[in-house]
Amino acid sequence: MFRRIIHAKWPGFTIALFIILLLLPPLVPRFFIYILGLIYVTSLLAMSLNLVVGHGGMFQFHHAVFYGVGAYTIALLLTKTSWPMWVGFIAGPILAALVGLLIGWFCVRLTRLYFGMLQISLGSLIWAIVFRWYKFTGGDDGIHGVPMPGFLSSLNSSYYFILIILAGSLILLYLILKSPFGSTLQAIRDNPQRCEAVGINVKRHQLRAIVVATFFAGIAGVLFVVLERSVFPDLLFWVLSLEIFIMCLLGGWFTFAGPILGAAITVALRIFVGKYTEYWTLILGIILILLIFFLPEGVMGYFVGAFKTRTKKVAERGNP
Amino acid sequence: MGFLPTFGPAELLSQLIVGLSRAMILFVVCAGLSFVLGVLRVPNIAHGSLYMIGAFATYSFSKSLTGSAGFWLALLLAPLVVALISLVAERALFRHLYQREHLMLLLFTFALALILGDLVKIFWGAEYRSVAAPDLLKGSISMLGSSFPRYNLFLIFIGLLVAIALWLFVNKTKIGKISRAAAVDRDMVGLLGINVSWVFAGAFVIGCCLAGLGGALVAPTVSITLGMDHTLIIEAFLIVTIGGLGNMWGALVGSLIFGVTQSLGVLFFPQFAIVFPYAAVVIVLLLRPKGLLKSVW
Repeated sequence: MFRRIIHAKWPGFTIALFIILLLLPPLVPRFFIYILGLIYVTSLLAMSLNLVVGHGGMFQFHHAVFYGVGAYTIALLLTKTSWPMWVGFIAGPILAALVGLLIGWFCVRLTRLYFGMLQISLGSLIWAIVFRWYKFTGGDDGIHGVPMPGFLSSLNSSYYFILIILAGSLILLYLILKSPFGSTLQAIRDNPQRCEAVGINVKRHQLRAIVVATFFAGIAGVLFVVLERSVFPDLLFWVLSLEIFIMCLLGGWFTFAGPILGAAITVALRIFVGKYTEYWTLILGIILILLIFFLPEGVMGYFVGAFKTRTKKVAERGNP
Repeated sequence: MGFLPTFGPAELLSQLIVGLSRAMILFVVCAGLSFVLGVLRVPNIAHGSLYMIGAFATYSFSKSLTGSAGFWLALLLAPLVVALISLVAERALFRHLYQREHLMLLLFTFALALILGDLVKIFWGAEYRSVAAPDLLKGSISMLGSSFPRYNLFLIFIGLLVAIALWLFVNKTKIGKISRAAAVDRDMVGLLGINVSWVFAGAFVIGCCLAGLGGALVAPTVSITLGMDHTLIIEAFLIVTIGGLGNMWGALVGSLIFGVTQSLGVLFFPQFAIVFPYAAVVIVLLLRPKGLLKSVW
């Protein structure tokens, strides 16, 4: 198992990046720390979606619901109950995974577009309840000022917490993808009929992937509350779901780290373009259209592809 | 049944009319979406933005053309504006992408929806707008012991008119027949010497025009604002799916289910009325995943 981590691509680069990110907080302004935290949370969300979309080939159209369920669970447990605080941190991902199991159980019966549509309707059902249940969820106002345990009181400590949880989650996701389960999942994406024929239970594998992905989406939801201390129904709205989808496309579906890049680009774009103009979605839309026309594999996918052809050429030159 | 709120047949009937009129607006929009889905196989998320543009255009036209003719002219001009926008979008962008897979098209149309949404913000701003119904359609008519708003009855009438017109167009005109044939086998139609590219453009513009008309029709009943595209397009996609992709009558059935469950839900749980249509969609999709009527996909 550990050998697998060590044999990951560019281990030195990854570890160096992690250490640099750990050292950042005292050196850069608070605003950047906040943006980085937001990028981490969104990256984890996009990575969890990519497990089912990029590697699983399922039309997971309403992934934001699980993120929202995780966020609302911890927010409600910390504001409305006097239970120990760690319960909220554990319950968020678990409840998200349970909702994922329930929704996924219905969805895997259908395929492709119909899978996506059923998920959107089930997800919108949950969104509508959260949006309207003023007494319990605060309705469209959401919940603000969620209390946090003492060790997360400052922005810097929240940053460390989010970064460490993100790193752990990414290692887990990597191991899952490289495990026999991950290979089976990718085989199902490429040829479901054939997998069925060689005796793989396709639907059960898909359902497992959905539960795993929704668990990580729940973790991302908890981390969002750690960073923002508030929740609102837009966390469960389908627009966010499509935005995460775009992050995966932007970075590259079929790469491991692509969604992180996509999330970083989208969040940075929203904040920095948003500083100059309120029309940042216009810019995002234009970038997206250019991407679809000229770079359909995504930024990361493009570079990985270019890297592969280069190494191939070098290898060919070496062995005439 | 102590937990049920008490309501008489009069309330039931008036809620039914509200639901039917809402369903007709949804139908006009969804028929366009379904037509584009059927002929071009493009799941057009920007359809909702075109609906929003239709509503804002109606606001501008009926404001600049004061008098009783303002609204009626706007009802004609707003769909034309939308048709123009969609023609430009089709010729410049869409026609290069028809061969791409559906997921890519979905993301592309979402990108377009983002752009159109911001363009609306640039042109009309973020304030709430409202349009007054023309004098002829103000007030209500008393019938069967209860009163119905005239505008709702007008919407039901227009919805039926659009359904008949679309049926005639698709089944009885040459262009309609060609577009149906192009939906089934694009290459074969091309071999017969028909310019498929322009057939697709025409079908796309007609579909989008209906979105504009829906926006114009909804304008006097709601406050027109940014974000109205987001709530509508998700409903429209669900309606088209439960009706059967690309099936126009399916769009009608789906719209009726969606509109009526919500308006009747108001009688039982006013607070959670918006939950009912989604629940109805879930039930339909579980029982008949490919939609109630035959899908052309």
